[in-house]
This record gives sequence, C-alpha cells and structure tokens, in this order.
Amino acid sequence: MPSDPESDLADLEKRLKAARGTGEAGRSGSGSGREGAASGAGIGLRIAVDLVAGVAVGVGLGLWLDSALDTKPWLLLVFTIVGFCAGLLNVVRTANQLEAKRKEDEAAARTNAE
Amino acid sequence: MASNPMDQFTIVPIVPLEVAGFDISFTNSALWMTITVVVSSLFLLLSIRSRGTIPTRGQMVAEMMYNTVANMVRDNVGSGGQPYFPFIFTLFMFVLFGNLLGMVPGSFTFTSHIAVTFAMAAIIFIAVTVIGIAKHGTRFATLFFPHGAPLWTAVILIPIELVSYLSRPVSLSVRIFANLTVGHVILKVIAGFVVALGVFGIVPLAGLVAITAFEFMIAVIQAYVFAILSCIYLHDALHLH
Repeated sequence: MPSDPESDLADLEKRLKAARGTGEAGRSGSGSGREGAASGAGIGLRIAVDLVAGVAVGVGLGLWLDSALDTKPWLLLVFTIVGFCAGLLNVVRTANQLEAKRKEDEAAARTNAE
Repeated sequence: MASNPMDQFTIVPIVPLEVAGFDISFTNSALWMTITVVVSSLFLLLSIRSRGTIPTRGQMVAEMMYNTVANMVRDNVGSGGQPYFPFIFTLFMFVLFGNLLGMVPGSFTFTSHIAVTFAMAAIIFIAVTVIGIAKHGTRFATLFFPHGAPLWTAVILIPIELVSYLSRPVSLSVRIFANLTVGHVILKVIAGFVVALGVFGIVPLAGLVAITAFEFMIAVIQAYVFAILSCIYLHDALHLH
C-alpha cells in the first residue's frame, strides 16, 4: 500500500478538478470560434422566427377557441395581442441568451489570453 | 434546362402503399431519411472501430461530434441531463447528416419539409412537457408564472407565458425548415442564371461557389441550433427556470 485510501481519494478529486478545469477552458475557446462563424443574418432570422411564432400561435389559438366556443371575433382579438406579447417575450429571452453567451465567450477569451 | 426551383422539394412515391385509407408510401423523403440513418450509423461505427490512442481523421471527427453534444448537454441541461444525451446525440446526427446529404447534387433534403421538422419538434415538445410534469407534478405550472411577480398580474402573464410555451415547437421547426428551403431555392435560382447568361454565366457561377460553402455552414449551424434548443427546453422542464 503506497498511501492510505483517504488521501488517494483527495488526490483523485484534485486531479479530476484540474482535468475538468482544462476541459472547460478548451470548450469555451472552441465555442467562441463557432459563435463567430454564426452570421448576423442567422441571429436575425432566429429572432424574427421567434416573434412570428408567438403571433402565429396566438392567432391560431384565438381562431380555434372562437370556433369552439362560438365567441367570434373576441378571442381572436385577445389572443392576437397575447400572441404578440408572447412573441416579444420570446425575442427578449433569445436576446438575453445570446448576450449571456457572448459575455461568457468574451470572458473566456480574456482568461485564455492572460 | 430551365427547371422550377421548387421542383427539388417534390415528394415522389417510390413504393406506393396504402393502409386503412392512409397513404404511407415509401417516398423519396423516406428513402433519404433511411440513407441518413444508414450513413450516420456506418460513419460512427467504422470511424471508431480502431479505437486508437492516436485517432485517425474519421475518429477525430466522430469524437469531435460526441464532445460537441456532450458539452452542449452539460452546459445547457445541467444536472440530471446525462440520461438524455443519447436522444440529443441521435437527434443532432440525424439532422446534421440530413442537412449535409441534402447538399449532395440530385439528393432530397427532408429537413426542408415543415412536416418532417414539425414532427420532430412536436415529439421534443411533448416529451419535454411529459418529463416536466412527471418530475415536478403540479409544480410544473410555476413555469408559466415568473417567481416574485405580483399575484394580480397572473391574469395577463399566464396566457402570455402559455402562448410563448406553445410557440416553441413552431419556432423550432420553422427555423430549420425556412433556412434549408431558402438556401436550396437560392442555389437553384442562381444556378439558373448560370445557364441563362451564357458566357457571362461565370459571374453567378463564382457566386454559386461561395453560396455553396455558405449553405454547408448553414447545414451545420442549423443542426447545432436544433439540438441546443432541445437542450434548453429540456433544462426548463427539469429545473423550472
């Protein structure tokens, strides 16, 4: 027995942490390159689709509920507005996600450069 | 040859088949899905067969794909995401190879059909919802109400959040379908100019080379985005924001 199992485990833990740390840095580095390749047009289309999907689902839901409950045209009006709000919510969420990703990549690039 | 740029998306039955009034013919779309499954499986099986410490080129590509998806699952799903890795990986490979094989001249791009992409998005949406309800029960409903908002705003917020949640499969499927369809139509239209312009066709031909490279990029990015969004939806279901 070279050493007691307790310190062996602690050592393993340390090495695992170190390995994970390098993996993390390498991953973020490659991630920033991939994001850079993603064109602005791609991001634009993604956000446009997010907005339209919300409105489309709102209109669809409104039409369906109207014909089911026989309340034409009130639910269509309400759900078109709700759908537009949902679309904007989607857009804000996507933008926040992209922004968080960009900040993360920037921070990773800075730590890599140091 | 002045062909219609939309002709490439026509579904052609290869083996006509009808069961109980439903048309379930084996079409060119189904053929290319089969080819995609066979090619991606063969690629992964053959490239990692040697299992070398020093990887061959094929093995490096396969390991790169595995690592990309593994990191994606770890970063975006977080804890408890590992059981879903095989599903996300399969999804990614299927969409990626479908997109890339669609770039082979004369092939059929099944991801440029909303029926195909929406079916995949709907499966993900239903699965994620079921997982969320199974894991959290009635607490799953808190997904539709932001934590800490005044109670009276529920009247406005819950319908908005609900519609936003329902719009997920729509945006997921429309995004990939629109990208792929537009790309292939542009390729065909510009290719038409090459023939029509005669000697000066060299100009659109040069543009076509650049667009082809761009379409390959789109094919990879869209597969990546499709998989990463599935991961984000899964994260929401597992951790409720």
